[in-house]
Amino acid sequence: MSGIHVTTKINGDEVQFVCEADESLLDVLRNRLGLTGAKEGCGTGDCGACSVTVDGRLTCSCLVLGAEVDGHDIGTIEGMAMGDELHPLQKKFIEHAALQCGICTPGFLVAAKALLDHNPEPTETEIRFGLAGNLCRCTGYDKIVRAVQAAAEEMNSAKKIQQKVA
Amino acid sequence: MYPFGYQRIDTPQALKAAQQRQRGEADKAVSYLAGGTTLLDLMKLGTLAPAEILDINGLAHDYGDISWADDELRLGALVRMSAAADHPRIRSDFPVIAQSLDLAASPQIRNMASLGGNVLQRTRCNYFRQTGWTACNKRQPGSGCAAMEGVNRKHAILGVSDHCIAAYPGDFGQALVALEARVDILGFHGTRTLPFHQLHLAPGSEPERETVLLPGELITGFHVPIGPWTRRSLYLKIRDRESYEFALVSAAVAMHLDDNVIRDVRIALGGVATKPWRAHEAEQQLIGRRPDLPAFEAASKVAFAAAVTRPGNRYKVDLGQQTLTRALLQLAEMEV
Repeated sequence: MSGIHVTTKINGDEVQFVCEADESLLDVLRNRLGLTGAKEGCGTGDCGACSVTVDGRLTCSCLVLGAEVDGHDIGTIEGMAMGDELHPLQKKFIEHAALQCGICTPGFLVAAKALLDHNPEPTETEIRFGLAGNLCRCTGYDKIVRAVQAAAEEMNSAKKIQQKVA
Repeated sequence: MYPFGYQRIDTPQALKAAQQRQRGEADKAVSYLAGGTTLLDLMKLGTLAPAEILDINGLAHDYGDISWADDELRLGALVRMSAAADHPRIRSDFPVIAQSLDLAASPQIRNMASLGGNVLQRTRCNYFRQTGWTACNKRQPGSGCAAMEGVNRKHAILGVSDHCIAAYPGDFGQALVALEARVDILGFHGTRTLPFHQLHLAPGSEPERETVLLPGELITGFHVPIGPWTRRSLYLKIRDRESYEFALVSAAVAMHLDDNVIRDVRIALGGVATKPWRAHEAEQQLIGRRPDLPAFEAASKVAFAAAVTRPGNRYKVDLGQQTLTRALLQLAEMEV
């Protein structure tokens, strides 16, 4: 099989790779590019552990072919923290113990960020529906919901302070 | 996944060339790839094994728009579910469309799945999806139907045959059937436009034939007429979980109420039928009547009069009637 050449942007950096037709974006991220944050849970779009964004839209990378993302912008969990400075969602997940085994966590964080980008002040119900595509067998979800609420609060008050200063 | 070829289709000319090639290779299984949420899922399970995939996402400039004419809403086949569900004017003027999309799948899947692919999604019948089961007339014509004597709690009770009782899994398709939408289909010889209700086939003796699409044909868009019933419309979906679950029963309903009399009403049922199902007889019962509980209960009985049940899905008759009655009551009370 001849490889397919793909040029894309990942977390803001231009990246080129060659993949086979049957490799998913998740396969490419993990096996070719060393970005192992996104996880394979089900491989069929049910669990959300492989969540990334494509052109800003939350997506299951297990159901996207690597060949499909030519010319598109990918965002992964590796792009969430600013160097050593964790994103407020990451901090609140730690503070609220919103994880146990951790395999679903990168997917939840990417999905929660996509939710807050779209809707900065979600209700509890909106958080639960917004994260319905991510499965967690450890936490029972409550801690995750509270961590997202706390992160949203912090991000919104930081924004208000910035607006006042400006 | 079985090995397959991959090609990007970025222009209508490239599509036409690919369709011409397919005419010369009638035996070759070729699939179009848009959102991929059904296709790649079933390829990973081994249920589908196309020899070649044509990635049509590059055609979004041609078939990816939501637009309006005086008398209709136009939806490109490459519009994503979430884009249509979040569209302010669709939410206000076609609530049944927005709700049918919003109540389906997960945020991830709604961002990925195209409207064209959505109406073509395959049944969730476990005996079809999982190749370990040998008897499935849809997957392997002539092999039998494991669902008949198997676990058939989620299977269809309307439009079934002796060969297949798999339920059509979609939600959006019910909204399109209720609103008498039309579908554009692009083939090698150009575009043909069909009433949407003619797209899907009941299983009959050939459950492997699910639509009237010919090899190489591609759905490019939908037209939904604007009528005095479109604003007073809704989608009610009953399922085991509150989100990310397929319907056990659903109802897409629209009504033109004038002077407290039902002038026109549209009813489509999901989760209970082998294809997007229009309940014409139930509608006829209601025209000219007052919108009250006895009228709705009587019409709901009519809607399920032809049900053919198995032990596991007998409950769907009662659940279906109650779901439809509730949907019609909510519809009559809607502020429009």
